[in-house]
Order: sequence, then C-alpha cells, then structure tokens
Amino acid sequence: MTPFDYDYLRKLLKDRSGLVLSADKEYLVESRLLPIARKNSLGSLSELVQKLKGPGSETLLVAVVEAMTTNETFFLRDKVPFDHFRNSIVPALLKAREAKRKLRIWCAAASTGQEPYSLAMCLKDMGPRLDGWRVEIVATDLSMDVLDKAKAGVYSQFEVQRGLPIQMLLKYFTQTGETWQISSEIRSMVQYRTLNLLGDFTSLGPFDLVFCRNVLIYFDQPTKIDVLERIRRITEPDGFLVLGAAETVVGLTDAFKPVQDQRGVYAPNGAVPAKGAGGFAMPATQRLAANFGAPR
Amino acid sequence: MKTCLVVDDSSVIRKVARRILEGMDFAITEAEDGQEALDACQRELPDAVLLDWNMPRMDGYEFLRTLRRMPGGDRPKVVFCTTENEVAQIARALHAGADEYIMKPFDKDIVAAKFQEVGLV
Repeated sequence: MTPFDYDYLRKLLKDRSGLVLSADKEYLVESRLLPIARKNSLGSLSELVQKLKGPGSETLLVAVVEAMTTNETFFLRDKVPFDHFRNSIVPALLKAREAKRKLRIWCAAASTGQEPYSLAMCLKDMGPRLDGWRVEIVATDLSMDVLDKAKAGVYSQFEVQRGLPIQMLLKYFTQTGETWQISSEIRSMVQYRTLNLLGDFTSLGPFDLVFCRNVLIYFDQPTKIDVLERIRRITEPDGFLVLGAAETVVGLTDAFKPVQDQRGVYAPNGAVPAKGAGGFAMPATQRLAANFGAPR
Repeated sequence: MKTCLVVDDSSVIRKVARRILEGMDFAITEAEDGQEALDACQRELPDAVLLDWNMPRMDGYEFLRTLRRMPGGDRPKVVFCTTENEVAQIARALHAGADEYIMKPFDKDIVAAKFQEVGLV
C-alpha cells in the first residue's frame, strides 16, 4: 500500500464513518482490509483502492467501512455504567415518568447486541417494578453485518463469558451445542436499525436515556461536539447520557453536565442547543458560533 | 495482596492461570487435585479458588462441597474453570456453592470479568 493509498482510505473512512485514523495505523488497515481484498480477488490493498475509486464500488465501500469500524464488545461492559443504570438512572426515570409509564432508551453504537441486551436483562431483573410500563430500547449501528448478528442473538461460548455473570447466562440464554442464544423475550425488547451517527437522527427521538459508549473516541473533536449536541436535542431535559470510560463532554460542549458521583453519566444542561445543519455538513466554526448564540 | 489457590491437574493450565492472576495482583498457590487443595485450605484459607472439575483423587465438585462445610469455608470465592459446559453441570456447581463459572478455553478478559463480578477486583 502506498502512502497515497493510505491517505485515500483515511479520508474515505473519515467521510463515511467519522473514523479518524492516525498516520501510524497502517497495520490496522492492512489486517482488516486484506481479507476483503482477497475475497474480491484483488491482489493488494492498492488494487482495492483502485477498485474503490472506480464506478459501482458501493458494495465494496460498505464492506471496507464495516471492516474498519471496531466491534469489540462485552456483555455488561465495564460493569459500573450498568450499576448506575440499575441503581440510579432507572429509579430516577421511574419516578419522573410515573404518569406516562413509558421509557425510551437508545443504544447508539449497539454493535453485536451485547449492550442493548445487557440493558434489557437488567430491566427484566427489576421484575414487578416495571409491570405495566412500556419500555422501548432502540439499538443502532453503522454496520448491517453486526446488526444481523445482534438480531439473531446467538453468541459463542467465548462471547457469553465476556462480562456476563453465570446466573444471567443460565436465566436468559439457551444452550445449543457450542453456542448460546438469548431468549426471545429479551430479543423482543430491542428494535434494531442501521444508522450512521454522522447523519441526521432527529426522527429517532426523544429519549429518556442514551447510551453512546466507546464510539466518540474514534471521532475528531468537531465531530464529537456535533454528535453530542445533536444527541442533546433528542434527549429529554430530565434524561441521561452515558458515555464510555475514556469519553467525556467536559471541554467539548456544555450541552450536558456530569452527574455527581456517577462516572460516565451526564445530564442535559439547560436549554436545547441551537439547531445547526442537522448533520455534519456545517463547518465546526459555524456550529460553535451558532451554539454560543443559543439561549441556555 | 489477595490470595488465589489455582486447582488443576494440568501444569499448563496452572501456569496460564498463574500468569493471568499475578497480573491482577494476586498471590498464587497451586494444587494438582481436590485433596491437595483441601490440605492447602486447612493450612490457610485463600480469598479465591480457581477450580477445575475433573481431577484425580478428588474432583472439583467434591472439593467444593467439602470446603463449604469447613469452618470459614464459605468465605473464599470459588470460580469453576472447566471443560464441563452443560447447563445441568453449571447449575449443579452453583447449587454446591460456586460463585462463578468459566468454561474453557478462557482468556485474561474472561478471568478478569468473572473475578470482578464476584467482587475480587
């Protein structure tokens, strides 16, 4: 792969998925894209790039973007956010929504389903407290392949052991040979949709809770700000945002503020930020200017 | 520093487990079967036991049942680590007092997650 090929792929991935690759990530690109080149009978990554530049390359383009977006995930990943979910967030929302008895949750980077199913299992474990409530978990991801796997809810023995307590495994999964399938009851609690966070997602909302973990770390600063502020617009004023352990809103936007003593949990801060171009089209400087002018 | 007794008749598994658990700041002792593990527990109870099922002399299941009847034997967190991966076997182990269950093969992330789950890290 020539430096020009690498630059082309970097730009393509940035434009299509927001994924920012530093100059030293050539090995990652090679390890993930060489299998795609081989599958398409292309002899090298340079040939793959040529093919991408040509007409009718949309299917190949989707395969490249999907291969490069990270899908590593665990059940109850990092544990702490799920403790907050069970012990603080859901109790607060149950109190606040007592009249409506309806909760809407968005998993913004659902990958192969471990996160939305973890939330669904936690809710199910709460038992009669949620009787008579309508709970919607909307799970989105950029990749169609991972969502197909998520919908099937079938995991290897290795995957189900990553973070899932054995009691929950026995309670919510059925063993079939070497694989384990999550129960239809849990699967039915989650709706899956393909979604690019760089595009407009206004119509998905509003939500009481947004889980957007371990995805912003792959974006550059203007993109992080843009996505966070657009999430704010579809989050209820008394709702919550949960970010990954290595992510924060601090220093990026004041659309959300950290919730005290709950690492990774954020609450909407004042008024909804002014609406920009509804996507990633508006330059960062304009978006920042628009938001500085917004009432708070 | 917390202590973990690694019980497995395979020296390779013991070595792999030792490396993972030492990386998690555990002091490790080893036993090759259930009887040797019981002797070790009678000398000093560890904070955790990583336990194989099928072993000569005394298997992991028998060891666990005996341990849980010993004075203070309810204290160590016991995590099975075995090729026995049928639901009925898992349920049997939990009923006998196991805190968590790892199905072999395993890796560092799985051990760390299971130990975190039972409050050992």
